[in-house]
Amino acid sequence: MITINLLYLLAACLFIVGLKMLSSPKTAPRGNQLAAVGMLVAVVATLFHAEVLSFAWIIAGLVVGSAIGAYFAQTVQMTAMPQMVAVFNGLGGGGSAFVAWSEYSNHLSSAGASVELGADTSVPMVLSVLIGAVTLTGSLVAFAKLQELISGKPLVYRLQKTINLILLIASLALGVVIVLSPTSQLAFFGLVIAASVLGVLSVLPIGGADMPVVISLLNSYSGLAACSTGFVLSNNALIISGSLVGASGIILTQIMCKAMNRSLANVLFGAFGAAGPAATGPAGAKAQGAVKSGSPEDAAVLLEASNLVIFVPGYGMAVAQAQHAVRELAGLLQKRGVQTKYAIHPVAGRMPGHMNVLLAEADVPYDQLYDMEQINPDFPQADVAMVIGANDVTNPAARTDTSSPIYGMPILDVDKARTVMVLKRSLNPGFAGVDNALYTQERTMMVFGDAKETITRIIQAVKEL
Amino acid sequence: MTETLIASITIFVLAVFVGFEVISKVPPTLHTPLMSGSNAISGITILGAIICAGRAMETDMATILGFVAVVLATVNVVGGFLVTNRMLLMFKKKK
Repeated sequence: MITINLLYLLAACLFIVGLKMLSSPKTAPRGNQLAAVGMLVAVVATLFHAEVLSFAWIIAGLVVGSAIGAYFAQTVQMTAMPQMVAVFNGLGGGGSAFVAWSEYSNHLSSAGASVELGADTSVPMVLSVLIGAVTLTGSLVAFAKLQELISGKPLVYRLQKTINLILLIASLALGVVIVLSPTSQLAFFGLVIAASVLGVLSVLPIGGADMPVVISLLNSYSGLAACSTGFVLSNNALIISGSLVGASGIILTQIMCKAMNRSLANVLFGAFGAAGPAATGPAGAKAQGAVKSGSPEDAAVLLEASNLVIFVPGYGMAVAQAQHAVRELAGLLQKRGVQTKYAIHPVAGRMPGHMNVLLAEADVPYDQLYDMEQINPDFPQADVAMVIGANDVTNPAARTDTSSPIYGMPILDVDKARTVMVLKRSLNPGFAGVDNALYTQERTMMVFGDAKETITRIIQAVKEL
Repeated sequence: MTETLIASITIFVLAVFVGFEVISKVPPTLHTPLMSGSNAISGITILGAIICAGRAMETDMATILGFVAVVLATVNVVGGFLVTNRMLLMFKKKK
């Protein structure tokens, strides 16, 4: 047992060092591998645990799980990464809930309830089931939304918050019952069901654009679930790793909320974007007025004559699968002596850092990717800011219009560039359902059409210049 | 409260601080791999799952639940580390 615990300590150290090495793209792959080795050490050590007597089910589970995990890890598209992480979060949380459930079942059958289940064990057990089940079902709903199996729009109905609050109180009350009389199986099943339903209902009202926050939060939950399972089993490896992940998820959640200038409560309960049509009232009519549009050929002339071009990619670019074309255009411009940079808003894409991965996949070197704070001072010097499939994160109304729903959200200052090119299918508003004042600005040129097609035509035109 | 519980809580609190320190240094560029990687680490619950699935000689309810837990946690661990590795290898500096 002492050896096992020392090996757990080694694993925990490898996790911490591994996470630390994620602070630079250069050391990150090695960091991730170290963490994986840590996990292997912990798993092998556990196989020698005194309580492990038979291996059939363990091996079956490991084989099945590894096959499924490896298959999806190799085949998933980078655009689908948010859904994938959502599902994995859910499985981790679900795993913790099942461990707690198994512990409970084992206790009932073996002890015949003659040994009291102490509060030291029953309280974390209840928490594992509660958090784990919410993480599992909540993540599955997040997955369904991101995969567009169900509408990404917030689903709102009457008494929604009240119902969720009742479910939460009911879960906690059932938890108290379990702690007070651990043999009441009915309360335990009630808790499993209430928590599962709570997970579903609490993610339903959250809109597609807010998914980065939800995924971060569920990430944190999956860590906390592992952590409470650690308390059930008095297993330090689970406690340490669970808290690391819990902390990571909380940090990312905070960053995402800050980048949208919204409180966590507002994201979770605000059903942002549900009232979409209401926001496109008089402002919508105004936006139709003074829009200037240009052809890809016009865009090519401007780009070719520039010194500095800043690309501003949004999720729309990924949907159009235009990232490879963008990289090709950037490469072409560089050969003609144009400096190119990419401006990445913290909430670009569907999860934290999503846009960076999509661009990395398209072979864009990471030293050309700039965060919002780094790039904003550069926009006044930029000859062209090219907005591709990004909308709300470029809307100057966030700075000036106090009545705008996105007022106060930090944005990329694309409107300060000498020319702003917006590649877009139509003038439809973004996810927040807000019109973009950028489109009617004097220096803005709209280039309508599919992003990939438009950029391919720009590349052609630049080549012919 | 038992000694074990106090020790566990101590470890928990200290680990949270370590987590905040280490993770706040990760640049936004790597936030997606951070999330999938830390997610794989949260599959640590696999340790508990293994104990639950292997504790009884004959198959009972607790074993089956443990087996389910092993499958879920293993998908999480193996898939999480592999996909993180795949992503991280894409990040390249300018040649």
